[in-house]
Order: sequence, then structure tokens, then C-alpha cells
Amino acid sequence: MEQATGIFLYGLSLLTMGGIYAVLTLGLNLQWGFTGLFNAGVGGFFAVGAYTAAILTTPAAASHLGGFGLPIAVAAMAAMALSGVMGWGVARICVRLRADYLAIATLGIAEIFRLILKNETWATNGARGIAQVPKPFESLAGPWNMVAMTLVVLAIVGVLYVLLERARLSPWGRVMAAIRDNEPAARAAGKDVERFRVQAFIFGSAIMGLGGALMAHNLKFVDPNLSEPITATFLVWVMLIVGGSASNRGAIVGAMLLWTIWSATEILTSRLPPDWAIRSAYIRIFLIGLLLQVVLQRFSGGILPERRGLARRPSGGD
Amino acid sequence: MMDFINFHLLPGITLGAIYALGAIGVSLTFGILRFANFAHGATMTLGAYISLTLVQATGWHPIAVLPLAMALTGAVALAMDRAFFRPLRASQTIVLVMASFGLMLMLRSAIQLVWGVQLQAMVTGIQRPWIVFDALRISPRHLMIVAAAAGLMLAVHWLLSRTRTGKAMRAMSDSPELAQVTGIDTEKVIRATWLVGAALAAAAGTFLAIDTHVETQMGFKILLPVFAAAILGGIGRPYGAMAGGLVIGIAEELSSYAWIGTTPLLEPGYKAGVAFAIMVAMLIWRPSGLFRGRSF
Repeated sequence: MEQATGIFLYGLSLLTMGGIYAVLTLGLNLQWGFTGLFNAGVGGFFAVGAYTAAILTTPAAASHLGGFGLPIAVAAMAAMALSGVMGWGVARICVRLRADYLAIATLGIAEIFRLILKNETWATNGARGIAQVPKPFESLAGPWNMVAMTLVVLAIVGVLYVLLERARLSPWGRVMAAIRDNEPAARAAGKDVERFRVQAFIFGSAIMGLGGALMAHNLKFVDPNLSEPITATFLVWVMLIVGGSASNRGAIVGAMLLWTIWSATEILTSRLPPDWAIRSAYIRIFLIGLLLQVVLQRFSGGILPERRGLARRPSGGD
Repeated sequence: MMDFINFHLLPGITLGAIYALGAIGVSLTFGILRFANFAHGATMTLGAYISLTLVQATGWHPIAVLPLAMALTGAVALAMDRAFFRPLRASQTIVLVMASFGLMLMLRSAIQLVWGVQLQAMVTGIQRPWIVFDALRISPRHLMIVAAAAGLMLAVHWLLSRTRTGKAMRAMSDSPELAQVTGIDTEKVIRATWLVGAALAAAAGTFLAIDTHVETQMGFKILLPVFAAAILGGIGRPYGAMAGGLVIGIAEELSSYAWIGTTPLLEPGYKAGVAFAIMVAMLIWRPSGLFRGRSF
């Protein structure tokens, strides 16, 4: 019985974290899958959202900015808004750049965000991070608080999915796909390519900010490592590529699958002798990297490739 | 004034020389294989660890084992190309960038697995700076790094201007279509590019380790300045990469000099942001770089 409860609770936490990653992956899919914008700074927008939510909801503390006591829902919206504004600023600068340059620039921006989080100690408590971030439904008894959290996260994923699916099939989404697949043609058809790209970047960043807020409340703690390129940016990228970029369902499936693999391998490796358990973290990252390479070489469409009448860009240099 | 030279300008030149060596590889890969190689930073880290192991095994000076470390790192780069980049040769640029992004993390985790994550010193013991004219303090380490880097850059110059392979590399960087039509063996040039880029990366990593220490994130930390240097110099322009590296290195060190009053102009914690700011400014106003390289 106790074991069954344990598995149930583990399943809940798996769904919650997988759901939060699904939010991030959906945000990235809007930028990369829909529009072809290579954002290598997912971790940065994610961290902006997480810190905004943490600062606005934590009780007053001498070590960092806080004491605003805002409700979680309001803080989450503020997180989305601020990440969106950041996304707008970044997009204004970088959106004209070719894909690799955009990747370099966004990676740099995420690193700058991380420098700020580390150095502006008065606001963020530096490397020590911010604790005591409230978790929703904490007052509920027993497993119900976890059940409620999981349901909220899954509901958010569901709502985002419906909205993004509608966006994808709308005229707006078709312009996005047109820009991604053949920019000169989209331009020739009179579309303001830059404006559409900026829009995609803002919306995608805002969704990543929401993911950050959810993560802060779920973990009850934020620190600059949240924006570590490995766990934040890279894992989300692999989730999207494995799931199938440009497909919203693929993004969700990829996030859930990768998170399950990531989390399950941790359980397995935590049983190894301590010396190896420490090393296993590196083996896991290595294997995730290898998985990405295999998918890129053999299944470039991912598990659930994009389904629409249009063919994707033919392979070959651009 | 002497503080400016001793604690900002000379370290800046040293750092710049290290960036320059790293940037040549990025610039060549970008020019010839046409993608931004995110794994280049991890290659620098790998080179530093290979040097460290050789130093520990032989007890020789890092500079003495450097040629072997460069060769070994080059061999690893060839293997990485064979396994991860060659199968994607016909794919879009962005797929290659993604593969390099993944490879960056695979390489780093492999390094962490093999060598552990603790800081290690390449050269132990404290070195006293030489004091010249009672005021100029020159660290032997810095002098050695700059001299060795200058030697390597001369070697690169010789390679690019005198050898067949080097000329083919430049031709491919200028115009791959034209190079192919003129019968250049592209695969051979690509192999040479990896070999040269990785060997120089190993040197850059080793020099950085001599200047500071060896740790698994070291290459990632200098990846952005190295990209910035390559972009500043103009992509596909190895000489531009050298100049760009020096500019970025010096700019970073000068940013924490007390230009106005007595406090540093920029908190040292934000030094890493300087390279990025220069890079973004270049991308916006002059994407072809100072030396009129390729812009996309």
C-alpha cells in the first residue's frame, strides 16, 4: 500500500515537472518550430520569470528584494509580462540576424541575465538564491496539495496547447510557417517579416517566463543555476527536437518523455555507490546529448513531426 | 599609469592572445563549414585537460607537452567530425549548430566524467613578476603565453599563405562553390580545418590554464568572447580573428580600470558582458566585421 502511494506521488511530481517543461517547450516551439528563430537563451527568459515570481510573492527578507506579498496568479502574470518585455527588447536587437548569430546572441543574453542574477545581490541574494517561495495549495492536506498542483499545471499546458494550436492554424500561424519555410517568398508577398518575428519572440518568451514562475513555485526556491544552459536551455531544446519541432503535441510529448527519462535515470543512478552516483549526472547529460545526435541524424522530424499540407524546407544549405 | 599597464593592459594582451587563438578556429569553421561551432569552447577545455595529464605524466613544462596535446586534440576533433558533423554535411546550417550544441555538452560531461570537477593547477608554485625600471611588472607567465601565441599565429600565417592546404582553406572560405569547381578536395580541406582549429583551441585552453587554472567550465566561459572576436574580425578571416581577439581581451581588462574617479568603471563581475556588448554592436552596425568578412 505504502509503495503504491509512493509510486502515485512520484507520478504526480513527474507530471508536474514534465508539465512545467512542456510549458517551456511550447514557448520554444512558438519561436523555433513556428517561426524558425533559434533561441539559445531559453534559460534566461525562464530565469526572469522565476525570479519575478519569487520576488513578488516571498515575505520580506533582508537578503533580497521582496515583501510585496502578491498572490501567486498575479505574480505569474507579472512574470509573463516581464519575460515578454525582455523578449521584445532582445528581439528588437537580434531578430534580423541569421540563425547562428541569433543563437550566439541569445546565448550571450542568457549569460548576461545570469551575471545580473549573481551580481545584483541586493535584489536576488546572489548565488545563494531566494528561498521560501510559496507553493500553491500548501494549506491543503496530504496528497491533495500535490494533486491540485499537478492539475493546475496540466490545465495550463492544456490551455496553452489549445491556444497555440489555434494560433498555428490561423492566418497568423500560416504567415509564420511561410516565413520559416521561405522567407524571400513571404517578403515578396508583402509580409512584414521582422514584425511577425518580434511577435513570435515576445509570445514565446512570455510563455517561458510562465514556465519559470511555475518552476519557482513548484520548487519553492530559485537560484542562478536555474538558468544553467545545460538544464534549462539544452534539455528544453532536446525535448522539442525529440518530440518533433513545429508540432505542439510533439512539444508536450517530448517534454514528458524526456523528463521521465531524465528523472527515472536519476532514481536508477542514485542507487549506485556514492562515488559513481556523483559521476552519473555527467553520464546522464552525455546520454541526452547522444540522444539528440541520434534524433538529428536519423529521425529529423522527431516522434510527432509537424503535420500540415506544406513540406518543410528541403534539406541543403540555406 | 603604471597600475594601468601592469594590472590592465598586460593581462589584457595575454587574454587577448588566448582569445585570438580560440577565435581562429571558430572563424575557420564558420568560413569553411558555414556554421557556428558551439563545441569549440569544450574543445579548448579538452585541450587544457590533455595538457594537464601530459604534464602530470611527464613532469615537463606545459609548453613542452603542448605540441602533443595539440595533436591529440586535433585527433579527437577529427573523430567528432566523422561521428557527428559529417553525417549532417548536407543538412541545413541550423541542424549542424544544434549538433554542435549537443556535442558541447557531451564533451563537457565526458571531461567531467574522466577528470572530475575540482579545480586543478597546471603550473604550481607562485611566480614573482620581473620588475623592470622599478615600475613595470611583467609576469613570466604572461610573457611566455604571449610569445608562444605569437609563434603559433606566425605558424598559421605560414600555413595559410605558403602551403597548398592553407591556400585551399582560404579559397573555400572565400567561396566554397568556386573552390569546388576548381577541383579542391573539400573533405580534405574540412579535415585540415578541424585539425588546425582544434590544435589552436588546445593551445588556447592550455594557455588559459597556465594563466588561471584548469576546470571543466573554462572553455564555456570564454566561448562568447571567442565568438565575439571572430565576429569582430569578420567571419572567415583568420587574421581578423587574431585582431578581434586582442581587441576583446584588452577591452575586457580595461573595462575594470578606474577611468573616472577611483572605482572600477565596470564591476569585475560584469567583465564577461563586455565581449557580448561589443559583439552585439558589431552584429547591428557592421555584421561583416572590421576586416570585411562574410555577413549573413
